[in-house]
Amino acid sequence: MSIPTASSNASLRASLHGLPGVDRVGADARAAGLGTRSIKTTAKRQAIDMAISMVDLTTLEGADTRGKVRAMCAKAVHPDPTDPTVPKVAAVCVYPDLVAEARDVVGSSGVKVASVATAFPSGRSSLEVKVADTAMAVAAGADEIDMVIDRGAFLSGDYLKVFEEIQAVKEACGEAHLKVILETGELATYDNVRRASWLAMMAGGDFIKTSTGKVQPAATLPVTLVMLEAVRDFRDREGRMVGVKPAGGIRTTKDAIKMLVLVNETAGPDWLDPDWFRLGASSVLNDLLMQRQKLTTGRYAGPDYFTLD
Amino acid sequence: MSERLSVRKTYKLYIGGAFPRSESGRSYAVTGAKGEFLANASKASRKDVRDAVTAARKAFPGWSAATAYNRGQILYRIAEMLEGRRAQFVSEVAEADGVSGKKAGELVDAAVDRLVWYAGWSDKISSLRGSSNPVAGPYFNLSTPEPTGVVGIVAPPMGPLFGLVSVIAPVIVTGNTCVVIASERAPLPSITLAEVLATSDLPGGVVNILTGSAAEMAPWLAGHMDVNGIDLTGADAELAQRCEELAAENLKRVLRPNGKTDWTADPGTGRMTAFLETKTVWHPIGI
Repeated sequence: MSIPTASSNASLRASLHGLPGVDRVGADARAAGLGTRSIKTTAKRQAIDMAISMVDLTTLEGADTRGKVRAMCAKAVHPDPTDPTVPKVAAVCVYPDLVAEARDVVGSSGVKVASVATAFPSGRSSLEVKVADTAMAVAAGADEIDMVIDRGAFLSGDYLKVFEEIQAVKEACGEAHLKVILETGELATYDNVRRASWLAMMAGGDFIKTSTGKVQPAATLPVTLVMLEAVRDFRDREGRMVGVKPAGGIRTTKDAIKMLVLVNETAGPDWLDPDWFRLGASSVLNDLLMQRQKLTTGRYAGPDYFTLD
Repeated sequence: MSERLSVRKTYKLYIGGAFPRSESGRSYAVTGAKGEFLANASKASRKDVRDAVTAARKAFPGWSAATAYNRGQILYRIAEMLEGRRAQFVSEVAEADGVSGKKAGELVDAAVDRLVWYAGWSDKISSLRGSSNPVAGPYFNLSTPEPTGVVGIVAPPMGPLFGLVSVIAPVIVTGNTCVVIASERAPLPSITLAEVLATSDLPGGVVNILTGSAAEMAPWLAGHMDVNGIDLTGADAELAQRCEELAAENLKRVLRPNGKTDWTADPGTGRMTAFLETKTVWHPIGI
């Protein structure tokens, strides 16, 4: 496969359709099988801390206020104020106009600020607007940009348009990391997920992300499995490592730990690091904290003692 | 014609309106008053306790927001369903307690009557416990009782039906939801009661019934930070003290009766008020 001289739709099409097909039944069974692993006691404790340190704490609502973003950012830095041994989360994820607010709160704590851009969540706008949206978020202090691909173009076979958009947005990012949202819930098949993953990696994405969180189904285990296989194969072939971020629908500690098992068994332990694997979520953090408290105190925790968000 | 296969009942747990087996897969043999084998019952684990609390918490907003009238109707409906299964309960109580059929019949009748009695309280308890308070200012000041939340119940070992109904009804009639640890010695009528509850318009999760070891499960319930009250009627002195200590962590309301309870006596309102809190509203007047 020749990369990255994608000069025409025909050459992109040839390389993407040259990828081996995904065995749907096999992928579902493999993901379900890995989901039955039993992770207990000290291993569970480690997994919980690792999962917390990988969370992209997210609020992407029309009703987001500056106050809500500030509160969420404070929680990102100190997830459990009663226990300083709880690690901070990897990043906060907000809309572009709230990046400055988030930047102000997280400061130099090490928590990164991610911003969605490019006419999130539908991606229905011109390239100029998408680039301007990205530039605005970067100028406001975003460390990471979560862009959405043009699913309409992808599904109609216009791979070059998607490819060039990702390249253009990557250029607008400058120093900032680029996460490419495939919105797998709209891609219909696992074959398309594999193709979109390769397309995003070939175009220069630093991360591939499953979903916006606005479409169901979002980050299912099999879809994440297919994407993890893609980043593994891409590194073998091209020598560049790309991160994976499942987002949407991860609500419980069990969901999060299943994801970690999947990473370890599919892409390998190199990816078990917040630089290479993230969990896009909001409600999962409270469940992780409650489970952590259960392991610490030996009594079941209750939601009354954690933030409402 | 060949002989029929005997069809025996599997006694499972009652959590969130469903009848699951224990997640631990354990069971234990239940014997009658004379030591004869009756059936195997599920032996619930701490994770079943956790799941039951989750189910009870989920059911709380809906049940506590239901009108008192509606809750009373549902309790009355439970009494109707129980009456309809009278014969089954009479034989189960007779086997469990080793009492005569006549005595067992009286106990089942008493359980039905107790439900009807508590059903009547649903829309009256707020008149009894609520008040309009005179205050030195231009305000209406009103106090009303509110349910505490999720209540853990250690059911009495004796009185597998009458005792059980007498501890569940006062908790749920005011809008609480509950997790019940049934009598370890005689758990079978509690699961048959669960079948009654499941067909009485009672929303799933309002009452959750676990069978197994009280000594094993009660401390988890008492220590659970999402449980708001605990009734230790069925716990022995040692277990009750341990649970009371655990319950202090999140200031659970604790009901720990002194000595043996006589279920046939007038129950009074104490079991209802033990799991009620008071909400006071100040409303300006004259503006």
